[in-house]
Amino acid sequence: MNPIQKFFDKIEPLFEKGGKYEKYYTLYEGHRTILFRPKLVTGKKGVQVRDANDLKRTMITVVIAMIPCLLFGIWNIGHQHFLAIGETATFLQKIGIGAMQALPIVIVSYAVGLGTEFTICVIRNHPVNEGYLVTGMLIALIMPPSIPLWQVALATVFAVVIAKEVFGGTGMNVLNVALTARAFLYFAYPTDISGEVWTYLGDAAVVDGYSGATALGVAYDTALNGTGSVVSAFGNYWAEGMYSFSNMFLGAIPGSIGETSTLLALVGALILIITGVGSWKIIVSVFAGAWLMGLGFNAIGVNAFMDMPAHYHLVIGGLAFGAVFMATDPVSASHTETGKWIYGLLIGVLTVIIRVVNPAYPEGIMLAILLMNVFAPLIDHYVVESNKKRRLKRATV
Amino acid sequence: MSHTIKLKKGFDINLAGKAEKSISKAPKPETFAIKPTDFPAITRPKLLVEEGDSVKAGTPLIYDKMAENVMYCSPVSGEVAEIRRGEKRKLLEIRILADKEVEFEDFGSHSKSDINSLDVEKAKELMLKSGVWPNLVQRPYGIVANPEDKPKAIFISAFDTHPLAPDYNFTFKEEEEAFAAGLEIIKKFTDGKVHVNISEDREMLKMFSQAEGVQINRFSGKHPSGNVGVQIHHIDPINKGEVAWTIKPLGVIQIGKLFLNGKYDASRKVALTGSEVKEPQYYDTYAGASIKNIIKDNIKSDHVRYVSGNVLTGERIDADGYLGFYDEQITVVPEGDFEELLGWIKPTTSKLSFHRAIGLLSFLNKKKEYVLNTNTNGEERAFVMTGEFEKVLPMDILPNYLFKAIMAEDFDEMEALGIFELVEEDVALCEFIDVSKHELQILLRKGINLMING
Repeated sequence: MNPIQKFFDKIEPLFEKGGKYEKYYTLYEGHRTILFRPKLVTGKKGVQVRDANDLKRTMITVVIAMIPCLLFGIWNIGHQHFLAIGETATFLQKIGIGAMQALPIVIVSYAVGLGTEFTICVIRNHPVNEGYLVTGMLIALIMPPSIPLWQVALATVFAVVIAKEVFGGTGMNVLNVALTARAFLYFAYPTDISGEVWTYLGDAAVVDGYSGATALGVAYDTALNGTGSVVSAFGNYWAEGMYSFSNMFLGAIPGSIGETSTLLALVGALILIITGVGSWKIIVSVFAGAWLMGLGFNAIGVNAFMDMPAHYHLVIGGLAFGAVFMATDPVSASHTETGKWIYGLLIGVLTVIIRVVNPAYPEGIMLAILLMNVFAPLIDHYVVESNKKRRLKRATV
Repeated sequence: MSHTIKLKKGFDINLAGKAEKSISKAPKPETFAIKPTDFPAITRPKLLVEEGDSVKAGTPLIYDKMAENVMYCSPVSGEVAEIRRGEKRKLLEIRILADKEVEFEDFGSHSKSDINSLDVEKAKELMLKSGVWPNLVQRPYGIVANPEDKPKAIFISAFDTHPLAPDYNFTFKEEEEAFAAGLEIIKKFTDGKVHVNISEDREMLKMFSQAEGVQINRFSGKHPSGNVGVQIHHIDPINKGEVAWTIKPLGVIQIGKLFLNGKYDASRKVALTGSEVKEPQYYDTYAGASIKNIIKDNIKSDHVRYVSGNVLTGERIDADGYLGFYDEQITVVPEGDFEELLGWIKPTTSKLSFHRAIGLLSFLNKKKEYVLNTNTNGEERAFVMTGEFEKVLPMDILPNYLFKAIMAEDFDEMEALGIFELVEEDVALCEFIDVSKHELQILLRKGINLMING
């Protein structure tokens, strides 16, 4: 027998009923089941063998799909930093700065989130669920690189307790937990999550003409008081080529840690789709909805932002990241297959509407997903009703 | 009609241990048992025999207080050796110590023309008292058919797509006459059609593909295309207030033999299958056989699970347990009651998965035969993933919503979402692939019982 198993067996009595740490059994079990697949077997009646997949593996698949975005984000923080202060730097220097900014955020998100989860599991005496493996990474990736760590911690506690646990824990939440964390910060500490926070500057002085605006900010300003088209405004940005279409697709632009690169979000999408963990229907329909709405605005064409070519909407802001990792959250999304098409399409449409029309908040995907989270059960309701109706109609024929 | 219904959804569980097409000469089982628990309809079983009584094949052993004319009879002749009861004196097994040669109750034989002209009430009476009636199963609910009903149609699936299922081409190749006679009888019970559903993907015996006076339907696709419930859904679905009957080919054959020979002949070829069997092959025996002699000296290790039936819908039995009434298969798989270091994340090609989550590589090799053990590969969790069950249930049904309606005990929802169309075997694949590891077949039966009793 493995020595670790022996150790667990030795301490098990402490956590069992009547043991000294009986209250903490879920903690003990949670740790043991992370190291070992448990020895549970199938029941007397019903399936006698089970599929090799479980929720843990499903969740870790999503985390792995996010790793390219995280790694790129780490590099990009450094890249943006040196660009803004006008210094040249090596690849390793960029990684170094990026890691110093990003990793503490990841660590705080996981430590605080898991701490909260474990505490609630002990209080309510239910097993530790795997959901936070994904949420923890998501929260970190949608934070600006300059976010104070205490805010990350606060947002995480808020999201886990208010968005998830009060609804009954993993599988029961209505809203996407990670987006709730970001929405909390947006409303509670707006100055730290909007404006010039998307590039980590440190104490260094910025180069002449530096502007911390994101592509969405530039587009919105152009529509408000600029002259010419959004695309030409992108071309005249302080750093040349920064907001070219290809650069925005690749992701070397200011933004949240993990959400700037459309390319790497698509790599994640590929992993999720091949593994079947994420719904391709939702991913495709979010992109389709955003593009169609972009075309719609092109047709109206009242201001420069509306005139921006529709495909730009797909690479600016966090649309790709949101579509791939947030909208596909199976719990808060539509549960029916038909519903997923409608759900995704409306997220795409709403994202572009919020971006272009709403003056207060340029990033639309977060609010669009949270809004559609609320409407997902309604969409499902009508899909289920139509299924029931088909069944009823059949009876009279 | 040569219309073929192609089913794209589903999943074939390709297990090691397929039965060779040969009959073993292993010593005959010494004891046999009738298990009231095989019949979900029996709620108040009444015993007709006592320990020590001698019985013949076809002697009634029990009946249900709620359906008094359906007799459940002894499959062999011999002496009632033991009546086993469980908690609250629940009747579990009536064990018969078998004679060397089986003696049969005589129910009077019929010629072919007698069978054709036989009155339906007379046929019913004979079937009820002789023990063959429980072969008729009604939908909705998947319980023994109520003799008072007139079903809108009768459905027979002539092939079995379950893992390692017996090959009907082999087991029934000499039963042509009995099958035809059985069909003649069955046809009398409905004004609608009798449907014989055959597979487009595999060879079929002529007695199925060219059965006379019935509707032949062709199906193609992975498991569960052989499930009669799935077939009914695509041919003539069951609506509220309607009753259809289903019967397995073995049941039709038993009915045919009853009328041709005047005997309750519960004999059958049983496939002993699974990765832990040294020489998987077929056995000649009767319903309710003790598996003790069948498995003797033919099992690779002693840490195994014996299953009456297949690994999707079967029931765990002991090494000296008994074959279920409807089962034609015994499966032996390794027990999985051990921990595995990082088993939830390790990449593997040796475990089978419908999914392709990180590290699960079985989808790369669809031909491979897998050795699966009984480990659940994870703990029970809340429903999280969506859209998965729909991929293995080729029906216009939303299983997730149905399961939630059952949990909520919402009768109207259960009905509207299609509980009338399902029995356990139809959701078995959902249970297999469920990453949240719920016992969905037990849950479905709970819902069905609510519908029956509510």
